[in-house]
Amino acid sequence: MLKVDSIERGIVIDHIAAGKSMKIYKYLNLDEADFTVAMIKNVASKKLGRKDIIKIENVLDIDLNVLGFIDHNITINIIENDKIVKKLNLELPQEVSNVVKCSNPRCITSIEQEIDQRFRLVNREEKLYRCIYCDQAYDPNKQDI
Amino acid sequence: MLKGRHLIDPMDLTVEELESVFKLADEIIENPAEYADVCKGKLLSTCFYEPSTRTRLSFEAAMLRLGGQVLGFSSAESSSAAKGESVRDTMMTIASYADICAMRHPKEGAPKVAALNSPIPVINGGDGGHQHPTQTLTDLLTIRALRGKLTDFTIGICGDLKFGRTVHSLIKALSRYDNIKFILISPEELKIPDYIREEILMKNGLEFQEIERLEDVMNELDILYMTRVQKERFFNEADYVRLKDSYILDKDKMSMAKQDMAVLHPLPRVNEISVEIDNDPRAAYFKQAKYGMYVRMALIMKLLGVEKC
Ligand SMILES: [Zn+2]
Repeated sequence: MLKVDSIERGIVIDHIAAGKSMKIYKYLNLDEADFTVAMIKNVASKKLGRKDIIKIENVLDIDLNVLGFIDHNITINIIENDKIVKKLNLELPQEVSNVVKCSNPRCITSIEQEIDQRFRLVNREEKLYRCIYCDQAYDPNKQDI
Repeated sequence: MLKGRHLIDPMDLTVEELESVFKLADEIIENPAEYADVCKGKLLSTCFYEPSTRTRLSFEAAMLRLGGQVLGFSSAESSSAAKGESVRDTMMTIASYADICAMRHPKEGAPKVAALNSPIPVINGGDGGHQHPTQTLTDLLTIRALRGKLTDFTIGICGDLKFGRTVHSLIKALSRYDNIKFILISPEELKIPDYIREEILMKNGLEFQEIERLEDVMNELDILYMTRVQKERFFNEADYVRLKDSYILDKDKMSMAKQDMAVLHPLPRVNEISVEIDNDPRAAYFKQAKYGMYVRMALIMKLLGVEKC
């Protein structure tokens, strides 16, 4: 088995649906990171069969809110001194920016590409997000993240 | 405080804030001369990316009657959008000239984009099939003026209830007032969308009824809000032939109505209201257009934060 060093201090993003780690890497802007990041794909998992994991070393202050929008199954462990000191529960963020696109062809964002694609949470129980410009609902069944 | 705010969605204003706008409109109607100079030295920019003469003239008349001045464009071709300028850049430029902006745009959400980038108040003058808040304010002020209050009445809303944004906004806005009964009159295929029925009417426990023929309910209505049903919207010819006359208001139907019922229409009308009832004292649609100007006068004053001297 591939061995990836366990980290002494940092963040472990676990239970990512297999194959989705690259996208999460992108949404968290980890491609711009100057710290150590390990992306592990297709790890055997009791819960998911296969899963992806991202490990971030020596950094604790990353804004992870967007993960609650992307995938509720993801778990986050904060590691210090080789131990899990905190497990974070993901919440649905109030707003997500540039994660999904508005599907309304009449929306202003369909003709002006430089506008940020922003969706705000309008109903927490139904996990319903709407485009802040045209109020179009985001439908997770029609658009993959 | 409404000073410096934008109006993008009719629900941006609370019932109390709306009431403050309507009270000011009442005072302007009462004493227009006292408001003739309150916006002296102020400039309204009308940024109309698609032509809508009626709405634009209403905004311009409102500003001119307050003693302010207006400038703007009335189609995308005559604006810098034709050269590919973004709404954001146009807005930032306009904001360096004018004190307040009214924007109409064929794309939904464009006035919101403008508002997010604007140091001056932006009023949505209609964005595609999405919102047209000053029409809703007009409708509310008209009902309030005719009935003295925005509670305790039965309103019939007739026509194309599926695609009519005016109707959706009106139902949403009225859902915040007490004891209003809605009678929704339309062909089966043009009934209100599910989200209006479920998220607005049912969720708020409002009394409503959906029927097909106007003549069946004429005598119950305190307000009749007419909109047009286009022939192309019917699914089949048989339904069209069977129902077309049910959505045309004429003398016969008016004879079944209450003596103090009021007929409203967002205008322009085509043939859904017969001209023979224009002289009926219950026909309020041209008065409604006038209230539209007054409510815009009050709104401009509130957003600019100007007061009577
Ligand atoms: Zn949109």
